[in-house]
Amino acid sequence: MWKWIQKWGSPKLFYQMSFSWGFWFTLFAAVLISAGLVWGLVFSPADYQQGNSFRIIYIHVPSAMLAEVIYMTMASMGAISIIWKLKMASMVLRSIAPLGTVFAFIALATGAIWGKPTWGAWWVWDARITAMLILLFLYLGVIALYHVMENQQSADKSAAVLTLIGVVNIPIIKYSVEWWNTLHQPATFTLTEKPAMPPEMWIPLLMMAIGSYCFFLAQLLSRSRTEILVRERKSGWVREEIARLSGKGA
Amino acid sequence: MGAFESFSDFLAMGGHGLYVWLSFGLYAVLMLWLIIEPKMNLKKQVKEQFMKNRREQS
Repeated sequence: MWKWIQKWGSPKLFYQMSFSWGFWFTLFAAVLISAGLVWGLVFSPADYQQGNSFRIIYIHVPSAMLAEVIYMTMASMGAISIIWKLKMASMVLRSIAPLGTVFAFIALATGAIWGKPTWGAWWVWDARITAMLILLFLYLGVIALYHVMENQQSADKSAAVLTLIGVVNIPIIKYSVEWWNTLHQPATFTLTEKPAMPPEMWIPLLMMAIGSYCFFLAQLLSRSRTEILVRERKSGWVREEIARLSGKGA
Repeated sequence: MGAFESFSDFLAMGGHGLYVWLSFGLYAVLMLWLIIEPKMNLKKQVKEQFMKNRREQS
């Protein structure tokens, strides 16, 4: 574990290792997401209550999952950057904030679109939906911090503190459907029970979920790579890498 | 075609076409943007750093 953190904590090693890991994550993401989309859109049977609008689940649930997972990743990076002063952790935190924003937005937007034919309203102030909106604002807050603060180190520190404070929101999103009597339906997947849908409905959902995780990891690696090139610009190997990339006609 | 009788049936989504295609369209556009934007950013940053490095050398 320590060795692993040490390796990925070094910008140079991170940069070098990220290429082959990124390749595999991209490949798995492409295969799983495209297969899951086609299966979910074309071959899954319609829901007996919701009809075809239920197909929105194939993008809504994986996006909402990613919005939470990306946030937890940012919070872990924030903790690592504060405790061990690992600059790589701050770079990752900063790189994935836009990614989390987009998935929180997709979850909210597709939820609203799905809500119209199902509940009869685009928007309701349901506990889970409200907590998800707060998550979107937390993401936007982190991005805003980086835009406003000129000093890199204080921006990193503030972003880490803000993400850590916002962590309280995550269990609220997760358990909101159990704690309060909400309109939002309970979880589709749990580790302990079999899903209450036939396999031809949940297998594509599982593919989309795993594919989305792979997509996130591939994006984390490639976005952090650019961040490394910017922040480590003074070191020799980055200068060489910049020269190499420019030579390739980039 | 899968769970549908015809292609127009597929597009109609049993009367929910607007909601389904709006969601999937939004998803497709944003996913593409997530893939393309970092590539453009990398190019931009490499170009900027390259110029800076060259100026410092001369």
